[in-house]
Amino acid sequence: MSAALEVKALNRSFGALHVTRDVDLTLEKGARRALIGPNGAGKTTLVNLITGVLKPSSGRVLLDGNDITNTSQAYRARRGLARTFQINQLFRGLTVLENICMTIGERDGECNNLWRSLGSKRSVIDEALAHLHALRMVDDALKLVRELPYGRQRLVEIAIALAQRPRVLLLDEPAAGVPSSESHLILDVVASLDPDIAILIIEHDMDVVFRFAKEITVLVQGAVFTQGTPEQIMANEQVRAVYLGEEGHHAGRRGGGHG
Amino acid sequence: MSHFANIAVSILFDGLAYAMFLFITSVGLSITMGLMNFVNLAHGAFAMAGGYIVVTLTRTVGIGFVPSLVIASVVIGIISIPFERYLYRRLYKKTDLEQVLLTIGLAFMAIAVFTYFYGPIPKSVPLPDWLQGSVNLGFRNFPTYRAFMIAVGAALIVVLWYGFERTNIGAMIRAAVDNRRMAESVGINVDRLFTLTFALGSALAALGGGLAIQLLGLNPNFALLYLVLFLIVVAVGGLGSLKGTLLAALVLGIIDTGGKYLMADAGGFFIYAVTVLVLLVKPAGFYGRE
Amino acid sequence: MAVSDARHALVGEKARERAATYLINRHRFSAAEALPWLLAIAAYFVFPNNMTFGNQVLIMVMFALSLDLILGYAGIVTLGHAAFFGTGAYTVGLLIARMGWSEPLSSLVAAAAVSALVGLITGWFLLRYRGLTIIMLTLATAIMLQEAGNLRSDISGGYDGLPGLVISPLFGLFDYDLYGHVNYLYVLGVLAVIFYVVRRIVYSPFGQALTGIRENVRRMNAIGSPVHRRLVTVYTISAAIAGIAGALFTQTNAYVTLTVFDFDNSAKVMVMLILGGTGRLYGAFLGAVVYMILEDYFSKLSPTFWQFGIGLILVLAVLFAPRGLFGIVEDVSRAFTRWRRS
Repeated sequence: MSAALEVKALNRSFGALHVTRDVDLTLEKGARRALIGPNGAGKTTLVNLITGVLKPSSGRVLLDGNDITNTSQAYRARRGLARTFQINQLFRGLTVLENICMTIGERDGECNNLWRSLGSKRSVIDEALAHLHALRMVDDALKLVRELPYGRQRLVEIAIALAQRPRVLLLDEPAAGVPSSESHLILDVVASLDPDIAILIIEHDMDVVFRFAKEITVLVQGAVFTQGTPEQIMANEQVRAVYLGEEGHHAGRRGGGHG
Repeated sequence: MSHFANIAVSILFDGLAYAMFLFITSVGLSITMGLMNFVNLAHGAFAMAGGYIVVTLTRTVGIGFVPSLVIASVVIGIISIPFERYLYRRLYKKTDLEQVLLTIGLAFMAIAVFTYFYGPIPKSVPLPDWLQGSVNLGFRNFPTYRAFMIAVGAALIVVLWYGFERTNIGAMIRAAVDNRRMAESVGINVDRLFTLTFALGSALAALGGGLAIQLLGLNPNFALLYLVLFLIVVAVGGLGSLKGTLLAALVLGIIDTGGKYLMADAGGFFIYAVTVLVLLVKPAGFYGRE
Repeated sequence: MAVSDARHALVGEKARERAATYLINRHRFSAAEALPWLLAIAAYFVFPNNMTFGNQVLIMVMFALSLDLILGYAGIVTLGHAAFFGTGAYTVGLLIARMGWSEPLSSLVAAAAVSALVGLITGWFLLRYRGLTIIMLTLATAIMLQEAGNLRSDISGGYDGLPGLVISPLFGLFDYDLYGHVNYLYVLGVLAVIFYVVRRIVYSPFGQALTGIRENVRRMNAIGSPVHRRLVTVYTISAAIAGIAGALFTQTNAYVTLTVFDFDNSAKVMVMLILGGTGRLYGAFLGAVVYMILEDYFSKLSPTFWQFGIGLILVLAVLFAPRGLFGIVEDVSRAFTRWRRS
């Protein structure tokens, strides 16, 4: 049985700048893997390569055993690969409900329909509300996204990814920019995600990482530095050394920085 | 010279003169668009204004043609500064559409103003004796005025190239075109740089407009009619690139001239066909950045 | 997945009802929507001597509506929409002049089909690009069509055009009078049908996807939306509608020239739309009517003054009223409601 997501010998260069070096990564079904590393390590670049925003210079990406290296972002999304962005990418002028309905509509082909009136297909609305209920956001359903506090907008970002019914979910610093008073909302959601989804989460906050992850990949200067269980990584002297400068900044701080 | 070679040489020569006009007028547009990511459809109006100033200076005030060119360029360059600072600057953060609309609006206003003052009939300029007639360049005679345009163009290319590649300001411009935020973070005052570049570009446009009178005629429609060409040159050459603008001006200028020579009716078609082909293959133009 | 079934029941019928009602209310036909149509019908009786002008206004409304689909809803910036107007206009012109085919309705269908085809082909290539590139490409397309027409002016009549294009009576029954009365009702009828179609599209899941593409194309890509396909679809539809507007132009004027492809035409319809307000279907109505009336009055007074005025309107609109007259109306009514509450 093939892994949910496999990355093989992935490389990406921008001219002379080699930002992703020979990265191998595997996410089994139900994986809970954290991707950590100092600022500038190339974490978001890696996510962009996996999702198809960037094309690799060499290497392969496989989803459920199928080679998707040369496919578009949208193709991958339709095959069950969802992501959240470090900075919210939402439809700010629409309501939360419409954000989710649109996602569902694109997923099941409803958006190909030029004739049906919005709101007439109840199953879409019901599903959207169910997703919002799971995130305790039903009361916000009819509010415009741009009128929500940032923390709740971040939840909408995650709700959209979940509404895609993904098999693989990539979360790019889900708690980034969220005030500490609201960050527990995010973390509770992340902790209670469907056990069948393979999840890769980029995070800086070690508390979050150790609470959530069953495996950790450490990325330094675009290359995989080491991989292992949280205990192994904690005990790894070299990792601590790489992070020594960063640890002081990041312990307990949420968000910020570029992966 | 054989008949065929004769035509080829004529096309090349006239095409070159036309290309010089395109280059001189468009280079400012390319750099400013590359620098500020700003769609300026009023650029043709600046060129037209320059042309009309030359007409007034030569006909009404009685100043010679070449000095008029210089004065017109300087005047337009200076006038463009408040435009940039008080009007255009408010648009940099706006959408493409809004920039397009506002600058088209300015162009319309300019056309109306110049129609009011100068009337719709094409104007011409009195040329000094030494620019009239033809000059012998060894193997053939060529119209002096076009030779003059080529000479001016070549001189400007050298000056601009030197300024762009060898001076500090040129380096700053190139840096800001390449990566604006980075340039700002190393202390380059991009705002002031832009005003300077815009003024220079407008001055050059005015010069091009003045030179064009003899070549293409000047009437108030000039602003929009030739704007399309300038935009094409900029798009095909690539925003923010001196090299690109030059290459595009040469390619398009010669092809357009050739097209008009060889197929008078369909002549205008080629320049657009080439544009579409280039943009389909290289959407950012010859030397543009994606 | 477990989510939908079990938690379904937990959400509560009330919340679901509210959500459905909200969405349906967004596009339910409101009484106010009857207003423009009533006015249009009233004009028939109140201004019987201005029916030829009225025809042109309605045609421009249709043209502006087609542009709103791509500009206001999908966010595509084009400077060459006249390409489709012209294609439709010439389809009808050539059908009558070169093939002797003058049945009006089937000519409309033909014009729509040809324009749609041109839109499909050009859109498929051009919609991969943004920014200056697509602006130039759309502009170049319109110019190329015009130049192509000029090349074969033996067929197209060149800039002098094809005169005397009379269409057969509508349905074989209604003959056309010199004053344009029948034409007006004909055009109004076609406009009503087209408007209904456009309205349905805009308020469909597809229409919402267009809004999504305009608002955040990154997000659309990330959720798997076939963005390019959606854009080409709406571009093709828009081209068909613009083509019908052009066809009606030829039919009501009994005349067509290559000036239908002019940049002026593309610019004019943009000004109308901006004036009225994009992304609100009735903005096309408001903008086209206001523009045409102003143009009729001022350009007779002084064409130069009119051109200056149009330029000034554009500048002021971008600086102070980017959402057009409709936006102003909305702002005023919002302020009024607030004032009434206090």
